[in-house]
Amino acid sequence: MSDPREIALVVNDVRHARVVESRVNLADFLRHELGLFGTHVGCEHGVCGACTVLVDGASVRSCLMLAVQAGGKNVETIEGVAAADGASHPVQAALAKHHGLQCGYCTPGVVMTLIELGRENIGKPLGEAEIRHALSGNLCRCTGYQGIVDAGLDVFGAPADKGSET
Amino acid sequence: MKAPPFKYHAPRALAEALDMTAGLDNARALAGGQSLMPLLNLRMAAPDHLIDLGNIAELRGVFEDGARFHIGAMTTQRDIEKSAPIAGLCPLLAQAIHHVGHQQTRNRGTIGGSLCHSDPGAELPVAAMALDAELVVAGPRGERAVAFRDFPSGYLSVSLEPGELLTRVSFPKAGPREGSAFLEFNLRPADFAVVSVAARVALDEAGHIAHASIAVGGVQAAPIRLLEAENALRGHAPSREAFEAAARAAAEIDCDGDDVHPADFRSELCGVLTRRALTQAATRAAGSRHV
Ligand code: FES
Ligand code: FES
Repeated sequence: MSDPREIALVVNDVRHARVVESRVNLADFLRHELGLFGTHVGCEHGVCGACTVLVDGASVRSCLMLAVQAGGKNVETIEGVAAADGASHPVQAALAKHHGLQCGYCTPGVVMTLIELGRENIGKPLGEAEIRHALSGNLCRCTGYQGIVDAGLDVFGAPADKGSET
Repeated sequence: MKAPPFKYHAPRALAEALDMTAGLDNARALAGGQSLMPLLNLRMAAPDHLIDLGNIAELRGVFEDGARFHIGAMTTQRDIEKSAPIAGLCPLLAQAIHHVGHQQTRNRGTIGGSLCHSDPGAELPVAAMALDAELVVAGPRGERAVAFRDFPSGYLSVSLEPGELLTRVSFPKAGPREGSAFLEFNLRPADFAVVSVAARVALDEAGHIAHASIAVGGVQAAPIRLLEAENALRGHAPSREAFEAAARAAAEIDCDGDDVHPADFRSELCGVLTRRALTQAATRAAGSRHV
């Protein structure tokens, strides 16, 4: 059964119009239709969080959303977070500094989750518990999480919590 | 894996969605997709038609009406979490939402989807059971009201007839001198509950228990209300002994078990969490200036 649909959406500030099969999920659409391979697919059933992207500013598991459901929406992926001059986003820089990634498979999802957390708490320093709560939906098989949490604290924590050592 | 093929429908009005639900063969309603999408990707569900309820504005939102308030079935868990009115009107729901999934799933998961999927480890059905939630179900013959306690009908199944959709859920507003607590045990925060307990305690002017309700989840296909234990608490001062008695009743629930969390372990949890939840709820009721 073929069920093609026309969709138009904005991804990282660029408008795309495509025809997609209705059963294609947003993660596969981003990767295979748009060539944005930064969004990773770990489990394909909503457990690992590697596929996290922002849709209209809200973090979602893109393996649990159909591409056709993203029609008319504004999608942000890891490819869009660095500055125009190529400088890393502060969350990316902090992850590198604190050894918050090893293989990097989970990292795009972690970055998008932390970006949403930061935007929702502008001007409000966050503690370790809030950062761990936000990250509970992102599995990492390498780091043991401490480096990721340290990176989150470095960017969003109160000044006293910001680790200085690397 | 990838979802099997289906025909996708995106109705913009409830009436249109109901026509599709009644008229299309082997159709499934798609709410937030946080349970159905995994089932599709795992090829455990293979509908010919998927009816996406996500574009139906009339199914979303929170509104008050006298002593109760109503939540549209397609209201996201995140909307509930962020709702200041709900936090004030119904602390138990706010406490339960805190345990539901992850932010990425709460952003899309809906209250209606959770109640209809009826996962034994889900939190919202337990809160709905403790709160005597009322449901409105729409179908080919119009609307009908269903008490939540009559809604679950077996493992992962609810009493929706073919052609019917859950449209909204209503809860009582918390009364004066009422407190609540939602506690659960799991291996990682935000996982499905191994056992969860929702408790409400309302005190009378003398500080005795006027009303208590206790619902336990994670132990059988649907949440269980401890009606006898609730009745036994009525008229007593909140005390460790009174709550221990309720905890003993909870520990007698005939729990389903598995290799990781056997039945007797769950029974133990039922007792401990019930005592703690009642204690917290009563403390909050005594301290509540919500009169
Ligand atoms: S790939 Fe989407 S949650 Fe794992
Ligand atoms: S860095 Fe390897 S999974 Fe997180």
